[in-house]
Amino acid sequence: MAEQKMVNLTIEGRQVSVPEGTTILEAAKTAGVLIPHYCYHPGLPVAGVCRMCLVEVEKAPKLAPSCATTVAEGQVVHVHNEKSLDARKGVLEMLLINHPLDCPICDQSGECELQDYTYQEGRADSRYREPKRFNPAEDFGGDVMYVPNRCILCTRCVRFMDDIAKEPTLNVSERGDRALIGKFEGRDMTHPWAANVIDLCPVGALLSKDFLNKARAWELDRAASICPNCTQGCNVIMETRENQIVRMRPRPNENVNAFFMCDWGRLNYRWMNEKNRVERPMVRDTNALVPTSWEAAITSAARVLNGKKVFVAASPMLSNESLFLLTQLMQDGNGAFRVREGEEAPLAGVKDLALRRERAANVYGAEKLGFKKTTDLLSGLGQGDVLLVAGEDLDGIDASALSRASAVVVINSVLPESAPNAAVVLPIANFSEEEGTVTNLRGRVQRFTQARQAPGETRPSWLVLGDLLGAMGRQTSFFLPSDVFAKLASTHKSFAGLSYDSIGLKGLPVVDAQSNGQNAPVAVGAA
Amino acid sequence: MGFPHQPHPRETTVLSKYFGDAEARTLDGWKKRGGYKALEKALGMAPADIVNIVKESGLRGRGGAGFPTGLKWSFMKPGDGKPHYLCCNADESEPGTFKDRECMRWTPHALIEGCAIGAYAIGAETAYIYIRGEFTEPLYWMEKAVKEAYAAGIIGKNAMGTGKRVDVHVHKGAGAYICGEETALMNSLEGRRGNPRIKPPFPAVSGVFGMPTTINNVETLIASAPILLNGADWYKKMCLSNPKSTGTKLFSVCGNVQRPGTYEVVMGFPFREFLYDLCGGPLHGRKFKAVIPGGASVPIQTMEEAEATLMDYEGFVEKGSMLGSGGVIVIDDAQPMVTVIARIARFFAHESCSQCTQCREGTAWTTKILERIRDGEGTMEDLDTLLDIAEQMTGKTICVLSDSCAVPVVSGIKKFRNEFEALIQGRRFHPVAAAVA
Amino acid sequence: MTPELVGGLESPDYASHDRASHEPYTQVFTGDVRRELDELLKRYPNKMAALLPALWIVQRERGWVPEEGMVEVADLLELTPAYVKGVVTFYTMYHQHPVGKYFIQVCTTSPCGICGAEDVVKAFLRHTNAGELGVTSPDKKFTVIEVECLGACGFATPVMVNDEFIESVTPDRVPDILAKLT
Repeated sequence: MAEQKMVNLTIEGRQVSVPEGTTILEAAKTAGVLIPHYCYHPGLPVAGVCRMCLVEVEKAPKLAPSCATTVAEGQVVHVHNEKSLDARKGVLEMLLINHPLDCPICDQSGECELQDYTYQEGRADSRYREPKRFNPAEDFGGDVMYVPNRCILCTRCVRFMDDIAKEPTLNVSERGDRALIGKFEGRDMTHPWAANVIDLCPVGALLSKDFLNKARAWELDRAASICPNCTQGCNVIMETRENQIVRMRPRPNENVNAFFMCDWGRLNYRWMNEKNRVERPMVRDTNALVPTSWEAAITSAARVLNGKKVFVAASPMLSNESLFLLTQLMQDGNGAFRVREGEEAPLAGVKDLALRRERAANVYGAEKLGFKKTTDLLSGLGQGDVLLVAGEDLDGIDASALSRASAVVVINSVLPESAPNAAVVLPIANFSEEEGTVTNLRGRVQRFTQARQAPGETRPSWLVLGDLLGAMGRQTSFFLPSDVFAKLASTHKSFAGLSYDSIGLKGLPVVDAQSNGQNAPVAVGAA
Repeated sequence: MGFPHQPHPRETTVLSKYFGDAEARTLDGWKKRGGYKALEKALGMAPADIVNIVKESGLRGRGGAGFPTGLKWSFMKPGDGKPHYLCCNADESEPGTFKDRECMRWTPHALIEGCAIGAYAIGAETAYIYIRGEFTEPLYWMEKAVKEAYAAGIIGKNAMGTGKRVDVHVHKGAGAYICGEETALMNSLEGRRGNPRIKPPFPAVSGVFGMPTTINNVETLIASAPILLNGADWYKKMCLSNPKSTGTKLFSVCGNVQRPGTYEVVMGFPFREFLYDLCGGPLHGRKFKAVIPGGASVPIQTMEEAEATLMDYEGFVEKGSMLGSGGVIVIDDAQPMVTVIARIARFFAHESCSQCTQCREGTAWTTKILERIRDGEGTMEDLDTLLDIAEQMTGKTICVLSDSCAVPVVSGIKKFRNEFEALIQGRRFHPVAAAVA
Repeated sequence: MTPELVGGLESPDYASHDRASHEPYTQVFTGDVRRELDELLKRYPNKMAALLPALWIVQRERGWVPEEGMVEVADLLELTPAYVKGVVTFYTMYHQHPVGKYFIQVCTTSPCGICGAEDVVKAFLRHTNAGELGVTSPDKKFTVIEVECLGACGFATPVMVNDEFIESVTPDRVPDILAKLT
C-alpha cells in the first residue's frame, strides 16, 4: 500500500497529523475536539448545508465548513473562539425560530442534539415575534413518523435513502422556509433498512412509531450487545426500562454493520422480554415436575447424563461459551440445531451488509463447534440416547419424536410443551440476560453484555453447564464467562489467541475466517 | 435613449445595435449584418489563442460577478480526455435586470455565435443555453435560431465545414431565481432541484455531469464575437475610467424614471448624466431618492453617491455599491423605502433553495420583520435584530443569495434609517412630492 | 371590497387545492410525444437530465403535473416518484393542481412594485372574478397569482397569460386584455 501523505495542522491549540484528504471535522476528532454539527455524518455523503460546523481558519477570508473542507499543511483552526461561537449561536437561533419547542412531549428529549448544543452554546431567549410555520405530523410508513415542525432540514434521512439504501423514498419538498421532507403517496418507508433514518435524525422530527411515548431517554439503561436476530451480528445497544427492552439501536462497527441495523432486527426485541418463564429448577417426581434446589437439580441431571450417549438439540441463539460446554457433554454422541430462515435484504450502499437468511445469532459458532445444521432437529437422536435440549423450545416438534430418548434433560428459559416427560429442567437466562460471545457469518467473534436481570432463580447458561460438568466430575466450575472463553480458545484452533480483552466491544475474526468476508472495514457508500 | 426607445447619441451600441430590428432575428438577416464572421474566424484559430485575446480584452463576466472571462476560460484544461461543457446562463432573474431577454429576442444568432465561440475556446463540443421558463419569447426565438443554424450547417457535427463539432441545445428552466447561480444551474440542468453546490470542486474541474464545465452569462458570450473580429485593443480602448473595466455594458433601467429600457454605454460613463440625460430623469413632479444600480443584490445608493459614480466595477464599489448585473432600479421620493426593501426581502425568501440554515430561516424572518415595520408595528429592537440577522446571513452560506438578502437591509437601514424610525414611531410615510400630474 | 394581498411566502399556486376532482389520467408519452421525449434524451448523457423537459411536456399535454404524471415520468427516466416530486415542488412553474383556462401571472417584485404592480393585480382579481390569489374563478376560466421578477422590469408591469408574455400592463388595460382572451 502506497505511503499515505500526512498533513500537520493545529486545531484549538493542539497539534494534529492526519492523512491528506481528511476533513477538518474528522481531524478535530483525533485531537479530541468535537465540532458541533448536524448534517454531517461519517456514514453519509457530505452535504455541508446545516452550517453549524463553521470554524475559523487563520488567514482565510471566510469561516470554513469543517465537514467539507480538507486539511492543509500548517492550518491553524479555531473552534471555540468568538467568531465560530457567534456563528454557531446564529445557526441555533435560526433553527429555533420555527421550532415548536415542545420538548415536554417530544420523544427525542434527552438525546436531542438541538437541545444539547442550544444548552451549551445557544441563546437563552428568543427574539422571534412572528407566527411560526406549521405542518401536521405524517406517517411515513414502516416504523417511521415525521414531525415537520421539528425538522431542521439536515437532509440526513434523504441522503440515507438515496445513497445508502439506494431507494430514493424521501425528498425535500417545496423551497425556502416552506421546505420539509416529503415522500410520494403510496410509496412508504417500507425498505428493510428504512428505520435507520430515525437514528440519523438529530432531532425529534423522525421518530419510531414502535418507541413512541414508551420511555424517556434518561430513564433507559443501556447495554452493548449484538443483535441476535440474524447471522450478520450487527452491533447494537439494548435499551431497557424497568428491566424490559424497549428499544434496540445500532452501535457503529466499521467491520460489521457500519452505523446501521435492519428494521427486522431492530423491532424484534420483544421475544427477549418473554414472560412465561420457567423460573425454578425442577426434577421429576413420579408424574410431575417438582421445583427443587439448584444443587439437587444439577446432581440429578448429572446422574441422568453420566456415562450415557447424549444427543444435544441446541439453539443457534446460544453463546459460543454455552455451545462449547455442551459439546463437552456430548460424550461420543452428537448435536444438532435448526434455524429459522427468511428473505435476505442487503443494504445496497454498504459492502457485505444484509439482513441474512438465517435468523439466529450464532449459526457459525454452532457449526464451528461441531453442531450439525438440520431441518429435522431430532433426526440424529439415536435409540436410547439421552436427549439434552438446550436453548430450544421445541416448537413444532412432535412429542412422539422424543420417544426414542431414554431420558430428557431440558436446559432452557421456557418449558417446551412437547417435553412433559423431562427428567430435569434447568432454567437459564436468555440472550439479553447474560454475557457471552457469538460468531457472525464471517467468523467474527463479538461480545454481548447483560442488558436485563434474569428472572426468578434462573442462571446464565454457561454457569449452569459449567456446574453440570463439574457435577459429572469433568472439571472445576467457572466463575466468569471469560474463563469459559479462555478454555474454548485453548481447545479450538479457530479461536486461538482470542480473549475477552482482545475482542473488546468491536470483535475479532476467528483465525480461519473466510477471506471473501474481508473482515476489513465495510466501505460505506462505495458499494 | 435605450431600447425600446431610439438609441441615445451618447450610447455605444455594440451588443444592442439590432435591438428592435426584426430581420436580425433570422439567419439571413443576421448574416447580412455581419453575423457568424467571428465564429468562422474562431474555428480557424487555436482555442488557446482565442482565450488569450479574450483575456487581453479585459472582458469580465456580465452576469454580476465580474470575473475575468479569459481567465475563466483558461481554467479548462485541454487534452484531459473528458467531455467539456459550456453552459450559457440565460436564467436572468435578478430584479431590475432584463438585458439578456433583449439580447435573446432580438439577436438570437448572436448568442448562438457566442456560445459556439466559447465552446470551441474551452474544448467543449456541447453548449447548453439554460433559459428561464418564463422567457417564452426568447425561448421561441432561440429554439428557432438553433434550428436554422443546424440546418445551415453552422453548428452541428461539422460546424461551418471545419469538421469540428459544436452542439447547442436550449434547456428550459421552470421558475427558480437560484438557478442563475452557476452550480445551481448545473444541478438544474442535470434534472435535480436547483441547489447550489459546495465549492471545491470547482466547475472547471467537476461541473455538469461531473465533467469540466464553464458557465458564462449571455452578454459575456455575445461580447466575445466582436472582440474576436475587432481585436482586444479595440475593446480595451472602450474605457472611460478604470482600466480594469473595459468595453461596453448593457444597463437595464427600470423604476421611477422617464425612459426605462436597455442602454449600452462604455464602462466608466458618468452615472449622473446617464440617469438625468440618457434616461430622461425623474417622472414629472418627482425627485430621485435612491438607486439600486446592479440588481436587487447590490447595496442601495443615495442620490449623492449615485451622482458621483463612474459606471464601472470599481466606480460603483467606490461609491457604496456594486455594478452587479447592471440592473438599475431607480426609486423616487414617492416610494416608501421600507416597502421597497421589504418586497426585495420577500423576493429572496421566496427564492431561497432551503439548504443553508441562515438563508432558509433568515430570509423569511427578515421579511416578516420588515413587513411588520412597514405595517406600523415595528420596534426599535427590530432594527438591531435585523442587523444581527443580516450579519449571520453574510459570508456563512454555500451561495450568496443569503448575503444578497442582507445587503439591501443593511444599506437601507444605514442610509435611510429615518424612514424606518418614522414608521416605528408611528408616523406615516409622506411622499415628498404630490402625485404625478 | 379590495382583496388582501398579504400571505405566506409560499407561492399561491402551491395551495393544496382540491386535487381529487380531475379527469382520469391517460398516459402522456405515447406516439409522437414519446418520440419527442426520445429525441430530447439524445441531448443529454443521462436520462435524469431530461426530467425538467419531460415535466414541461406533461404540463403542456395535461395542463398541470398530476401525480400520475410524475409516476409516468419517473418510470421512463428510471427515477423514483418521490424524487420527481421533490423536483416538481422546487420549481414554481409546474402546477401541482389544475388551474384556470387562463393562468395569469403578475410580477410584483420591487422594480414593478414601485410602478404600481399591486394595482394591476387588484385589477385582474376584480375583472376576472377570481377574488383571491391562487384561486380559480367560478367560471373556471382564470387563476391569478403574483410572481417574482419576470425579467422585463423596464416594461412594468409585465404579465404572463399562459405562455403569452404581455409587457407594460396598467390597470386600465386589464379589461381589454381579458376581453381579447375570451
